Amino acid sequence: MITGTPKPIEEILEMIEPYDNIIVAGCFGCVTVCRVGGDKEVQVLSSTLRLAREASGRKIEIKEICLERQCDPEYLEPMRPYVEDYQAVLSIACGAGIQFMAEKFMKTPLLPGINTGFLGVTERQGEWAERCQGCGDCVLHLTGGICPVTRCAKSIFHGPCGGSVNGTCEVAKDIKCGWQLIIDRLKSLDQMENYGKLKPYKGWDASRDGGPRRILREDMI
Amino acid sequence: MLPCTGRIDESLLLKAFENGADGVMVIGCLEGDCHYVNGNIRARSRVKRVYSILEQIRIGPDRIRMYNLSAGEGAKFAAFTNEFVSQIENLGPSPINVARKQAARESAQEVQAT
Ligand code: SF4
Ligand code: SF4
Repeated sequence: MITGTPKPIEEILEMIEPYDNIIVAGCFGCVTVCRVGGDKEVQVLSSTLRLAREASGRKIEIKEICLERQCDPEYLEPMRPYVEDYQAVLSIACGAGIQFMAEKFMKTPLLPGINTGFLGVTERQGEWAERCQGCGDCVLHLTGGICPVTRCAKSIFHGPCGGSVNGTCEVAKDIKCGWQLIIDRLKSLDQMENYGKLKPYKGWDASRDGGPRRILREDMI
Repeated sequence: MLPCTGRIDESLLLKAFENGADGVMVIGCLEGDCHYVNGNIRARSRVKRVYSILEQIRIGPDRIRMYNLSAGEGAKFAAFTNEFVSQIENLGPSPINVARKQAARESAQEVQAT
């Protein structure tokens, strides 16, 4: 899922300062699961903003909504009849959802209520960790199911590097060396020959280096 | 009254302030005694989150507090309530209520002026 963290209230209050009525829009997708932008978070954030604004002597009217997904056009369309009745939309979906809404409703300013993080997993309730950087050319079959792009701080392809000490990455003591994890896993799977199958270099052309990416599925159009 | 403090979430607590409360007291069962295993533990962490929200928006974390009591502790309940009420009296009305009073006064003055 796409993860994120709430923006500080101060920062949001500053963003909404010019407005007297706004929509606070959540998303039932990824951000509901990582508890940063779902229905509950819409309610909590809206109450918080109303309280802060009223205490400062300038009330704000807030319409609270939560869409099935903000990254699909059909779920945005139902907002069209009323979106222009409000001066701005504060969205707590991921950056993709927020941008998509901004594209659809050209006359309304869109404000981000969260800081979008990474593609990750729920390691335990309340703890999420990054697993994939969407490099566009997956090599997990060669690396024991552990991503060298993400789990190695340097994204190197034939690690571990000299900074790996007793399974720990030199970047921080609480980060495991991704390459040590890969080697240990390959050994336990008896697949060390895969290490030699990795390309001498990784082509990043399928990654971000070619600018924003697009997937076109002729069979679905 | 809720069957378990585990039902309480942050938005319910903030709504109480929106509805004009100067302070909110949350009373759950004793820790370790929850009929639903950990409802009161969850409530405690949600109340803590509301502390920090109220602090950030300068309404003051002291306006909300969680207590744990068993159903048989009537005298303690009364003592805790008195303690909390005097704490809120010392703090005075919440900034929301102050702003509402001020707004009401201003609109009354406007009416008089016309
Ligand atoms: S808008 Fe973002 S958070 Fe919501 S479902 Fe789509 S990708 Fe996930
Ligand atoms: S190799 Fe690329 S696609 Fe595969 S998990 Fe890593 S970043 Fe994601």
